[in-house]
Amino acid sequence: MLKNKLNGLRRSPKGLVVILFAGLLVVGTGYTAVNAAVNTSPQAASHSAAQINYGKKLFLSNCASCHGKNAEGTANGPTLIGVGEASVDFQVSTGRMPGASSGPQMQVKPVQFTNDEIAAMAAFVGSLATGPAIPGAEYTSGNGDIQKGGELFRVNCAMCHNAAGKGGALTEGKYAPELMHSSAKTIAEAMILGPQNMPVFNDANITPQEKNDIITYLQYLQTHSSAGGDELGGLGPVTEGLLAWLGLLGLIIAITIWLGAKSN
Amino acid sequence: MSEQSKEVATTNHSSEAEHVYDGGLNVVHQDAVKDPGIEPHRVRMTDKSPKHEKNAVRQVVALFTLSMLGSAFALYAYFAFPINEDLTTVRNNTLFLGVGITLGLLGIGIGAVHWAKTLMPDNEVAEDRHAIRSPEDKRAAAIEVINLANQESGFSRRKLIRRTLYGALALFPLPGIIIFGDLGPNPGDKLRHTAWKQGTRLARDPYGTPIKASEITEGSVFHVIPEGLNPEQEDYLEQKSKAAVLLVRVDPKNLIESDEKKDWSYQGIVAYSKICTHVGCPVALYEQTTHHLLCPCHQSTFDLVDGCKVIFGPASRPLPQLPIYVDEEGYLRAQSDFHEPVGPSFWDRSAKA
Repeated sequence: MLKNKLNGLRRSPKGLVVILFAGLLVVGTGYTAVNAAVNTSPQAASHSAAQINYGKKLFLSNCASCHGKNAEGTANGPTLIGVGEASVDFQVSTGRMPGASSGPQMQVKPVQFTNDEIAAMAAFVGSLATGPAIPGAEYTSGNGDIQKGGELFRVNCAMCHNAAGKGGALTEGKYAPELMHSSAKTIAEAMILGPQNMPVFNDANITPQEKNDIITYLQYLQTHSSAGGDELGGLGPVTEGLLAWLGLLGLIIAITIWLGAKSN
Repeated sequence: MSEQSKEVATTNHSSEAEHVYDGGLNVVHQDAVKDPGIEPHRVRMTDKSPKHEKNAVRQVVALFTLSMLGSAFALYAYFAFPINEDLTTVRNNTLFLGVGITLGLLGIGIGAVHWAKTLMPDNEVAEDRHAIRSPEDKRAAAIEVINLANQESGFSRRKLIRRTLYGALALFPLPGIIIFGDLGPNPGDKLRHTAWKQGTRLARDPYGTPIKASEITEGSVFHVIPEGLNPEQEDYLEQKSKAAVLLVRVDPKNLIESDEKKDWSYQGIVAYSKICTHVGCPVALYEQTTHHLLCPCHQSTFDLVDGCKVIFGPASRPLPQLPIYVDEEGYLRAQSDFHEPVGPSFWDRSAKA
């Protein structure tokens, strides 16, 4: 419903971008008020018109071929109206966007844009319609409760991302990425947005404080080596079994052969 | 023992040597493959060249010295890498103590074997088995002992004692057999019911806070337990493992629902048992765009919008659906327990429902 309304507004002359922005801001603020309890506190972002224009230029030259000139989406890419600044920041700052090829899912690649450029594109997409804002320090400060974060991680995240955050396979070539190199901001954005096939974990399900706990736990895993020595990839019985059966059993067999062999 | 032939063949035992079989249960093969005898002796390098011998001596000495160093290092490591609150100190303590002890033991073992293989005499020796049947006089002596024991103990003579002993021997295993009865009791209807009852509120795992329908945005996944499940109660984990539910909101337009289950969902919110119908792993790998639910154990895949029917893998039944409704405060509640047993098949579960 809201989308239709916005689609209507979008068709106004291009010179009225600023007015359009103002209008959307009003609609967005109303939407925010209605959904405040549920949505991930989308904030009416304050960006200069210059930044938004810069973002639009970048968008037209880098994104529009798949997402449409007005971010309305094409057969090759979804609409970006209402996805929010957080979504742009997540996809572009992890290198997933711009996508290099179609496949089961977009992959992490070297980042293609500077922070300023990413911020400008995020501002432009954010100006189209209200959506989740880039999460602030209440999500990402990393000073939460590690133990609680670990518990929440095991209940909500570990089935796909592995209890040690090493990632895992999904169906038909898709996979949950490893989290050992993800920044606090990226992790928070992923929980809020549910990018690609990841489900959404909104603030009503996992509160900002609890998200911060989870991030604190992951940061602990990222910065602390395993107390048990080499993790062998942290994949559980597969690599451990391989080492035990091929490596250690092989060593025992080799010793047995040496014991029975004649000296020359 | 003296009359037992104990044929000892020493070095350079030629392959055509005749083996003498001395009766007993030995089967003498007339036409079997000819016994090749002991292979020809091969002179070792350490026997031929004093240089190699010296080397071997040095190696054995080095191995025993390594063992000493290892043991000394283990002693040093025990004090040098103490365990404190930092977990990584456990690793260092275990690692270095272990390396020291390993060197200490392996040095002795490998050194001793190397010593024996390179420096000790290596004459091949064969020792034939003696006959299995004992010589006659030994057999007669054994029978004499048994008869004497029978006579002195009165085992044959004192019938009452003998029969009560038989009785005691027959009865004593019975208590051991009867306690197998405690391997039960049978689970009764525990496998058919979970903690969900009519009106139980859906609550977040692990903190047990109730969930409002309005809190579940499209694409959201909530991991759910029945409200009121108390971590202090004795069977908390059993109850939780049966009642675990995955709560998802999808676009109601995508939902394919049978007529009888039409009112089991609420505005696209569906609740399904998280326990795989294959062998009971928690199925919780939800893909938002494909609506696939994947079981991590054996890759059974369920289509969440189509009654969680199996679209891939070894599971034989759809995941059971929990019928839900919304109360006047907006909280999600269960209409009833699951309408079928959750989890894998068991002995008298009917195959259909």
